[in-house]
Amino acid sequence: MIRLTIDNIAVTVEEGTTILQAARKIGGKVVPPAMCYYSKLKGSGGKCRTCLVKVVQSSAKDPRPMPKLVASCSTPAQDGMVVQNITSPEVVEARKGIVEFLLLNHPLDCPVCDQAGECDLQDLSYGHGTEITATEEYRREFPVTDIGDLIQLHMNRCILCYRCVYTAEQLTDQRVHGVLYRGDTAEIGTFIAQNIDNDFSGNMIDVCPVGALTDKTFRFKSRVWFLRPMDAYRDCRVCKGKAVIWMAGDEIYRVTARKDRFGEVEDFICNECRFDHKHPEDWVVEGPRSIKRESVISANHYLQKEDPGVIDPIKGTIT
Amino acid sequence: MGRAILLNGIEIPGIRNFTTYRSHGGYSAVEKALREMTPAQVAAEVTRSGLRGRGGAGFPTGLKWSFLDKKSDKPRYLICNADESEPGTFKDRFLMEHLPHRLIEGLIIASYALGVKTCYIYIRGEFKYLVGILEKAIGEAHRYGFVGENIAQTPFSLEIYVHPGAGAYICGEETALLESLEGKRGNPRIKPPFPAFKGLYGCPTVVNNVETIATVGPIITMGGEAYAAIGKGKSTGTKLISACGNIKKPGVYEIELGLPVEEFIFGEEYCGGIAGNKSLKAVIPGGSSVPILPADLILNTASGTPRLMSYESLAEGEFTSGSMLGSGGFIVLNEEACIVRNTWNLTRFYHHESCGQCSPCREGTGWMEKILYRLEHGEGKMSDIDLLERISKNIEGNTICPLGDAAAWPVASAIRHFRDEFEAHVREGKTFHATVGKETTN
Repeated sequence: MIRLTIDNIAVTVEEGTTILQAARKIGGKVVPPAMCYYSKLKGSGGKCRTCLVKVVQSSAKDPRPMPKLVASCSTPAQDGMVVQNITSPEVVEARKGIVEFLLLNHPLDCPVCDQAGECDLQDLSYGHGTEITATEEYRREFPVTDIGDLIQLHMNRCILCYRCVYTAEQLTDQRVHGVLYRGDTAEIGTFIAQNIDNDFSGNMIDVCPVGALTDKTFRFKSRVWFLRPMDAYRDCRVCKGKAVIWMAGDEIYRVTARKDRFGEVEDFICNECRFDHKHPEDWVVEGPRSIKRESVISANHYLQKEDPGVIDPIKGTIT
Repeated sequence: MGRAILLNGIEIPGIRNFTTYRSHGGYSAVEKALREMTPAQVAAEVTRSGLRGRGGAGFPTGLKWSFLDKKSDKPRYLICNADESEPGTFKDRFLMEHLPHRLIEGLIIASYALGVKTCYIYIRGEFKYLVGILEKAIGEAHRYGFVGENIAQTPFSLEIYVHPGAGAYICGEETALLESLEGKRGNPRIKPPFPAFKGLYGCPTVVNNVETIATVGPIITMGGEAYAAIGKGKSTGTKLISACGNIKKPGVYEIELGLPVEEFIFGEEYCGGIAGNKSLKAVIPGGSSVPILPADLILNTASGTPRLMSYESLAEGEFTSGSMLGSGGFIVLNEEACIVRNTWNLTRFYHHESCGQCSPCREGTGWMEKILYRLEHGEGKMSDIDLLERISKNIEGNTICPLGDAAAWPVASAIRHFRDEFEAHVREGKTFHATVGKETTN
C-alpha cells in the first residue's frame, strides 16, 4: 500500500494505482475531470489532457517535483507523492486552456444536440472553462454520417478521445472503425463506409463523452431532462440485462447502460436490450435511477424518502 | 573543413562501397570491439566518451543504454531513428547517402554492447532512394561476414532491417516510431513505460539517432577518452551541422563542438558569411523547432560572452535569451527575411504534422496557423499577438510528446524577439508586404 496526498488530503491506495484513481477514492472536487480516460477500457487515457495535475514531490525517495504537469490518469501514484490539483493555480490555468482547445472546433450546437444535459464536455466547460471564447476562426466541418442502422456520427462534435475505438476493440471480436487521418483533420471512420454491426456496438454511444455518437432510435425524440430514468432489468441471453430505461409516461424513449458517479458504464449492455426492447412489459423496474443533484436531469424530480437518493460527491456515500 | 571524425574519408571515391570502405580502415572498429572487448567494455567506452544523443534532445547515450531493462528475458531491439524530418535538418540523409557503412558499423558495435540480435533502421518514407543504398550496404556487409551469423568469426550474430515509414514527422518521436514499426498508427505512446522497458513489441528497446550510432565506431577506434577530449565541457566530440538559409555555402559541416557561432557563420571554412552581402538578422540554430535568436543573441550570449556551438552555450539564458543545439539544423535568415512569414510557415508544418492524439497540439497548432496566416496576410489585430503567446503557453509542456513544445517554441520565441515586426504587420496591414516586395499567395 502506498500513501500520497492530493490537494492536502491524504489517501492510501494499492501500488500501481494512478493518481486519478487515488483522487477518485477521495472523491469530491479533488477528482480531476477526465474526457478520454475510462477505467473499464484498457489503454485509454492520456489524450485529452484535462486531468493534468502538478506533482510537487515525486515520491518519498525522490522529493523532486516533476518538471511538467502530468496526466493523472496515466501517471502511477508513488509512496509519499504530493499532488496538487485544484489548489495549484497553474493546473487551473492549464485546464482552462485545454477546455478552450477542446471547444475550439466544437460546433457548440448544444440546443440541437441529443447529448445536452448529459454531456461531459458541457460539464467540463461549465466547471473548468471560461465564459467567452477567443477564437474567431472557422470551425472545421465534417458531414454527418451513419455508421450502421443504429448509430449516427457527428464528427464535428468529436473530441477524439478514442473511447469508442477501444470499446469496439475490447468488447467485440472485430473492430471495423478507427481514427483516420491526422492532426485536426483526424476523424472517426470506417474507412470504406462499412456498417458497424455487432452485438455491443451500442456501447459506443454510452462511452462517447460528447454528442458525436448518438442513438438513431432516440434522436430528436426528447431532451434527456424531460425523461424519467429508471433502473430496470430483463432476462438477457447476451448481457447482464441491467440497464436504465428513460421514460415519459408509460413510454420508454431509450435504454442506456447504468453509469456510475464518474460517468462510466457499470455493465455494458447488448444491442438487443438497448434498441429492441422498448415496451415497459419487457422490463422489471427496480426504481428511479439516482442522479447527481447537480445534473440537469435531476431537475423537476422530487426525491422521496425511500428513494436511493443522491450520491454525495465528497463523502462518496448515499445521503 | 574542421575535424573529420564522422565524415572521415568522405572525399574518397567509391567510399559507399564495402571494399573501398574496408580498405580505408572500415570495420576495424567492429573487429576490435567484438574480438577484444566485452559488451560492458564497449558500453563503458561510449559512456566515457560523453557522447550525447544527436537527434535533438542531447541525452547522454551511455546513460540511455544503461536504462535498458537487464532483468527481462525478452529479446532486445536497437532501432536506428532515420526519420529525419525536421525542417532545416538534413545531416543524417547526407551521412547515410555517402557513408552508409559507417552507420552499419556503428549498429553492429552498439548491438553488441546492448546484447541486441535484431536491429531496425526506421527510415523516413521520403528517403526512398536511401533505402536502396542502405540495403545494398547491408547486403555487402552480409556477404563479407559483418552482418548475419558469427560476425567477424565471433559468436555474435545480428540482423539489420531497413523499414521505410510512410512520411510522418511524428514518427521521429521514438514511441510513435515504435508504433509505426509495429504496423500501427503512428501515435506517440503515453510514458511511462519507457522504451527501455517496454519498447518494440513490448520488449526492451533502445532508439538512437543515425548520427549517434554512426559515432560509436570512431569512439571505439580512438577510445572514449580521446573522443571526450574533443569538444568543450559536456559537449564532447564533433557534430554534423546542416547549415541552410541565406548563407554563401549551405551544406553539411562536421564541427568540433565549442566552435564559436560567429566563426561558423562567417568563417570561410564553414558557411562563408551571409549571401548577397546582406546582414544577419536571425538564426534558428537547431532545427525548426528550437527558439529563434536575433543576430546579437546568436553571436553573443546575454552576458556578453561569445556564443559557441555547444549544447550548453546555445542553451545559455534558457528561453529568454537562449535556444538549443537540437538536431543541428542551422537556419540563417538575412535582413530581408520576414519573421512573421517564417513563423507562419513553420507553424503550418507543425499543424500538418500533428498526429491529433492529444487536444492541445491537435487544436492549438491549427489555431496558431490560422492566426499567423491572418497576420501575415495583413488581416491581423494587435490582440492576436498576445493570443498567440497565450496559445503557445497553453500547448507547451501539456502534450503527450515533444511535438507540442516544438510547435510552441518557434512562435513564442519569434514574438519574444521580434514583437515589433508582428506589430508592424498589424499596423501596416496589407501594404506592409508591398513595401518589402513579398509574394503573399498561399
